[in-house]
Amino acid sequence: MEKDAIVSIKNLTKQFPVGKGHFTALSDVNIEFGVGEFAGLVGPSGSGKTTLLNIIGSLDTPTAGTAMVMGQSISDLSHKQSALLRSRHIGFIFQTFNLLPVYTVYENVEFALLLQRMNSVERHKAVMEALEWVGLIDKMKSKPSMLSGGESQRVAIARAMVKKPKIVLADEPTANLDSKNSHHILQTMKKLNKELKVTFIFATHDEKVMKYLDRIVNLADGKIAADERITDHIKA
Amino acid sequence: MIAFKLAFRNLLGAGLRTWLIVAVLSFAYVVILFYNGMLSGWDRQGRRDTKEWEIGQGQLWHSAYDKYDLFSIQDAHGPVVGEAKKFTDKGKLTPVLIVQATAYPQGRMQGVLLKGINPDQQILKFPSSMLHQDGQEINALIGKRMALTTRLNKGDKVLIRWRDKDGTFDALEVKIADVFNCNVPAVDNGQIWIDLNTLQKMMDLPGEATLLVSGTDEINENVGPWIYKDTEFLLAELNQIIHAKKGGSMVMQAMLLIIALLAIFDTQILSIFRRQKEIGTYIALGMTRAQVVGIFTVEGATHSILATILGALYGIPLFLWLGIKGITFGVDDMGITMAETIYPYYSIGLIITTTLFVILSATIMSYLPARRISRMKPTDALKGKIQ
Repeated sequence: MEKDAIVSIKNLTKQFPVGKGHFTALSDVNIEFGVGEFAGLVGPSGSGKTTLLNIIGSLDTPTAGTAMVMGQSISDLSHKQSALLRSRHIGFIFQTFNLLPVYTVYENVEFALLLQRMNSVERHKAVMEALEWVGLIDKMKSKPSMLSGGESQRVAIARAMVKKPKIVLADEPTANLDSKNSHHILQTMKKLNKELKVTFIFATHDEKVMKYLDRIVNLADGKIAADERITDHIKA
Repeated sequence: MIAFKLAFRNLLGAGLRTWLIVAVLSFAYVVILFYNGMLSGWDRQGRRDTKEWEIGQGQLWHSAYDKYDLFSIQDAHGPVVGEAKKFTDKGKLTPVLIVQATAYPQGRMQGVLLKGINPDQQILKFPSSMLHQDGQEINALIGKRMALTTRLNKGDKVLIRWRDKDGTFDALEVKIADVFNCNVPAVDNGQIWIDLNTLQKMMDLPGEATLLVSGTDEINENVGPWIYKDTEFLLAELNQIIHAKKGGSMVMQAMLLIIALLAIFDTQILSIFRRQKEIGTYIALGMTRAQVVGIFTVEGATHSILATILGALYGIPLFLWLGIKGITFGVDDMGITMAETIYPYYSIGLIITTTLFVILSATIMSYLPARRISRMKPTDALKGKIQ
C-alpha cells in the first residue's frame, strides 16, 4: 500500500449472476488512490468503471479480493458501518444529479449534514460555505425543478462537499451537461480538490473531464489496461 | 424529524392523490368516532334513565322473584320488616309490589302488570305523587307506550281484574291520573302503577312487596331475606344490547378503514417502485436501509396524521353541533331503553384510542410494503432498476 493511500484495491473480482451463470464486471483488479488525487476511471460502457466506483463507495461488495477504504475492508462492513462510512467520509456525485425534488437547494445540501446530527448553527454555516463554493447562494431557496442542469450538478457537488469528505466519487458527472457547464463544474471540483485535499475519483468517458484529471486509469473488460499519471507538462 | 419533514414534503408534493387518501381516511376516522360516540351517548343516557326510573342504586328482590319469569310473580312477595323496614322508613328503600292483572280498555282485554309504589317515594323519578287518591277513585299512572297500545288517555277510566292472595278474582275501575313520558320501557310497557297501600289492600297483602328499590349506595348486600342485585346486574341487558350494537357497527367501521388503508398500501407500493433512485440516493448519502424504511413508513403513516387533522377540522364542529342538538330517531318504542334523542358522547379516552388505532393501522399498512426497501440493492436502486 502506498504510504498515503486512501483506497487500496487488491485482486478484486466482481461477478454478477446472469441466468444460471455469471457476468464478470471486474477481474483481478489491483489499484491504489492516494490522498488528494484527482483521478478518473476511463473506459467504454461495461468496462467496470461504475462497479469499481460503487465498491469504493461501499454501495457494493467484491466477490473476491479486498477493497480497503480509509483502512476499512468494504467486505467486512455491516450495513450500518458502511452507511456511517458514506455519511462521514464519502461524497457521491451522479450523472442524473439525484437531488431530492421536494427539498430546496439549501435543504438538499443540508440533508447530508442532518444525518451527522450536526447542530443547526454549524450546519447553517457549513451549508452556506458549500453553496458559496459552487456559487449558488442566490438559488438557495429554489427547488431542483427550477434549476438548469449545470446548477443542479453544482448543488450535487455542494451536497457531496458540505460534509468535507475524504473521498468524492463522481459517476459521469458531466454526461448531462453542455460544454460550458461541464468546464464550470470541473473547475469547481478541481478547486475544491486543491483547497481541501479531497480525493476525487471519476468514472467517465468524457474527453472534457480527462483534461482535468491528474491520473487516468483505463479499464477494459473489467481489467486495468493502463494507469497513467498526467503531469502539468503533458496537459499543457 | 428528517423523516417527518420529508414525509410531509413528499405527501404535499403528491397533491391530489394524498388528499384523496387523507379524505377517505379522515371520513373513516370521523365515522368511527361518530358511531362510538353515539353508542357511548346511548349507553350513558340509557344507564342514567334506567337508574332514575327503574333500578335506583340497586334492588332487593324477594327470593322467589325472577323478572323474566311471569310465573314467579304470584309467589314473589314478602313482608317488609326488620332492617328493610328501617331503610324504607328512612326513605333509602322504596317497596314495589308487582301483581298480574287484566285490564279492559274500551272493552278489550289485555294482560298487565299492576305495580304498587309509595306515592311519596323520592328514589325514582317516577311521578308517583300523582297516585295520591282524591276521594273514592283510585288513581293510576301509565307510560306513553302503554297509553298508545291501550288507547288510554289522562282522565280515562279502565277496569282491571286481578286475583288476590287466596286466588279470588276481584275487579274495579281505576282512573288514569297521568301519562308519564320516559325512555325506559321496563316501567312502561304493559304496566299500570297504583298506590302501594291500595294494591296491598286489593291483594290482602298488607306491608308486603315484591322488590325494594334502593336510593343509596350504602346498601350493597342482602338485607334479611331480600336479595341484593347491584346496578351492573340490573343493567346487564342494556350492556349486552350496546355491546351487540358495537359489534355490528364495527363491521362497517372496519370496511371504511380497510378501504382507506388499502389506498395507503397501494400508494406505498407505487411510491417504492417509482422512487427507487431516491431510495438509492438516501443510501448513498449515508442512510441505513432501516432509516429509509423508516422514511417511507412515516410517509405512509403521515396520511393518518393529516387525516386526523382534517377530521378534526370538520369533525369537531359537527360533533359539537350533534352534542347540542342530539340525534332524534323518530321512533318512540324500540323495546329497549333508548331516548328519543341521543346526545353523542365523545370521551377523551374514545378520541385518543380511535386516533391511535387509525395511526397505528396506517403505520402498519405503510410499513409492510416499505420492508421491501431493506432487500433492495442500492446500486440497482440508483439506476432506477425495477427490483
